[in-house]
Amino acid sequence: MNKFTFLRSDRSNIQLVLITGTFLITISILDVFLNSFFRLNLISFLPSKVSFLTPFIIGMIGLNLIRIEYSGNKFLDILNKNINTSNFNAALTLLIIFLIFKAIPPSLSWMILDANISGDTKEACTGTGACWTYIKVWFRRFMYGMYPNEQHWRINTAFLLVIGLGTFGLFATEKMKKFLALYYVVIYPIIAFLIIYYLISGGYFGLEWIETGAWGGLSLTFIVSFFCLIFCFPLGMILALGRRSNLPAVRYVSIGYIEFWRGVPLITVLFMSSVMFPMFLPEDFFMDKLVRVIIAITLFEGAYCAEVIRGGLQSLPRGQYDAAKSLGMGYWKMHIFVILPQALKLVIPGICNTFLALVKDTPLIFVVGLAELAGMLALAKTNPKWLGFAMEGYIFAAIIFWIICYAMSKYSYNLEEKYKTDR
Amino acid sequence: MKFRILAYLFFFVGTADLFIKIFYGNIFSDLTEDYYEIANPLLVFTPVLFFSIGGIFLKESKVSLTLENFGTSRIKYYSPQFICLSVVVLIFLFFTFNAQMNMENRGIDFGFDFLTQEASFDMQFSLMDYDGQDPYWWAYVVALLNTLLVAVLGIIFCTIIGVIVGIARLSPNFLIRNSAAWYVEFFRNIPLLLQIFFWYYAALRALPLPQDASPLFGVTYLTIKGYYMPAFIWNNLNIFLYSVLAAIIAIIFIRYYATKLRDNEGKQIPVFYISLIILIILPVLTFLAGGVSLNFEIPVLKQLSATSFIYDGGVAVPPELIALTLALSLYTATFVAECVRAGIQGISKGQKEAAASLGLTPNQVLKLVIMPQALRIIIPPTTNQYLNLTKNSSLAAAIAYPDLVLVFAGTALMQTGRAIEIVSITMLTYLSISLAIAALMNWYNKLIEIKEK
Repeated sequence: MNKFTFLRSDRSNIQLVLITGTFLITISILDVFLNSFFRLNLISFLPSKVSFLTPFIIGMIGLNLIRIEYSGNKFLDILNKNINTSNFNAALTLLIIFLIFKAIPPSLSWMILDANISGDTKEACTGTGACWTYIKVWFRRFMYGMYPNEQHWRINTAFLLVIGLGTFGLFATEKMKKFLALYYVVIYPIIAFLIIYYLISGGYFGLEWIETGAWGGLSLTFIVSFFCLIFCFPLGMILALGRRSNLPAVRYVSIGYIEFWRGVPLITVLFMSSVMFPMFLPEDFFMDKLVRVIIAITLFEGAYCAEVIRGGLQSLPRGQYDAAKSLGMGYWKMHIFVILPQALKLVIPGICNTFLALVKDTPLIFVVGLAELAGMLALAKTNPKWLGFAMEGYIFAAIIFWIICYAMSKYSYNLEEKYKTDR
Repeated sequence: MKFRILAYLFFFVGTADLFIKIFYGNIFSDLTEDYYEIANPLLVFTPVLFFSIGGIFLKESKVSLTLENFGTSRIKYYSPQFICLSVVVLIFLFFTFNAQMNMENRGIDFGFDFLTQEASFDMQFSLMDYDGQDPYWWAYVVALLNTLLVAVLGIIFCTIIGVIVGIARLSPNFLIRNSAAWYVEFFRNIPLLLQIFFWYYAALRALPLPQDASPLFGVTYLTIKGYYMPAFIWNNLNIFLYSVLAAIIAIIFIRYYATKLRDNEGKQIPVFYISLIILIILPVLTFLAGGVSLNFEIPVLKQLSATSFIYDGGVAVPPELIALTLALSLYTATFVAECVRAGIQGISKGQKEAAASLGLTPNQVLKLVIMPQALRIIIPPTTNQYLNLTKNSSLAAAIAYPDLVLVFAGTALMQTGRAIEIVSITMLTYLSISLAIAALMNWYNKLIEIKEK
């Protein structure tokens, strides 16, 4: 084995090896870079199949050469430890670098360089890239649905008011803090409902009545997820308590409820709310489709919420229950003042994840004919003036949803970190 | 004791009811009021109801949850339960009453007899023979099979991707770790419906027309109208299958023998390579000697009209199925990857180091020490994800893939107008799949859980 010592890299010939290795790697990456960004082929004199594999082979030799343990060079050691631990890892590293270089130019040119955003009609889109004009023209529809253009301030004001009221808890003084739970569980939902009802729906105070059929776009996504969110939490809490109850009838009813809703897909629940539920109501009783959908999603997500809260209840040590009981507290007192505050703090990340799933599920209301963002995209896509821009629309929607969901998941992660140290 | 007697009473009533139903017909059918006629078909299930109530009582008797250890008064124990039950019953009665009234007014009657009527609609894609003359129940079966097909395909692909990404997230390589993390963050945070739409309406629409498609792997064609693959045409398929079966049995014996050899004499034989060789050689032998032959039916371009072409022959995978499988598996794979990562991270470092210090190779450490323990943590949440995937496959309705929801809760409901029956059948189907898998999972968890002494 000692025959090949001149190829083995170790500390004795580090200078030579380092220079050769870096040179080879640079060549290999440069070749791919030039190839994909400038359509130059440095090694076009070779036959095509060899030329295709050359950068990879050269890069592998280079990475193999610079793989020196304890070289004494700090940067080299970090590099080796992170991307170059073995031949297999080196190959994967090279492949990923090449893939990134290959993928950037086409996506960059499609998204930005060759894209159009000026103009107001389809004809303005002359480039080979994306047509962001389409998004620009339809932007208001994607955000507000069929809601009349001059009335959009109502939606904005309503959202600002609701968000403003939601941040109330941040400014509450120490004295007010004990009423916060009451505020968020009971008062806030009612106020929010009234604001949205009177401001967005209208019909009073000189505001024009706008039926729920015209609501749509991203604002509808927010409305539906907001209401489901605030209603499914109390429902889940009650169900979780019911499932942990000592009373068999209460327990089995809760178990049956939770397992039923967790066992069926949301889409059938929505179908149920739109075609089957009206049959179950008295004849002269009319319920708006949006309300039915909100009720259905709330019932559905309530079951998931209940399971998360149950996890929190189960993780509390028995001593907490015993201590509360020994102080002479009854069932409700014990739960409201001792058990639930601790359990809910534990399940905040889980609840956040449930809400995240809820937000991701809202586009489904499209299947029962409510045109939120996905529905508006489907509408815009089939508009004869704007055919053929499905890709732009879906990428736009994906970016919006991604930002919302990613922010939520990061927030939930932060909360998790924050409350981890407590126990 | 009281509970146990009650439980046996219910069991007895249930059995009696079952016998009476079998031999004399339904005795409860006369008891229902006019307005609750809707409950009639449900009365078939009364024995099940009796048995489950009996089972609940039996379970309660074992828990021995009595007044004494609840430590409170009789009223406090019974009144909430009574209120709870009566609320449930009242809601049920209210709904059935309204439904009966509504149906009477609209002239619809309740019942499942429509299932035997002619369906008279077509399905674009089905695994079994189906045409419009078949009854609704056959449409239901075919649609259910389509749903299961998507679910199975999705589960297979999401497991493969998920395991690779999950392991990649723990890789020592900075680039691999981060690209895996970005994959997870990217696909997890976009609603599944949008992903399905993206694949179906945007990505797959960019594929070439059939006449312009260039062959992929020589004989398959990926076109805008679907993916065309050669079909296998077997001669004497059964002999081939027998040989595969024989190979599997032989492998089981060899593994058993190898384990015995290892335990008794400490010898290791390369079981994996031997099994691989057997699995290849035996079926190949049937080709040479057993008269088995395999032909391919290669898809051929066929002109329908001046501008419309399709491929004829072979197996055609519709674009709906491709889009759905892609979206479902890419989306669910992110969750599977997180489960795998959590499972491997859940094994303490000491296990790995102890195994390494015993002289096991890295592969052996992974196979013999880490994986058996990690699987215990990985499998339950992963099964949950499989269930989610099965439920999410109902999104197929949005891109017109003929699955259970589209065919049954969509087309069939529109044609018959039987909202209550059809929606409840659909929901019950999904519910029973979920509950069955959940029950299987509980049983499996009990089987593999660490038996503490």
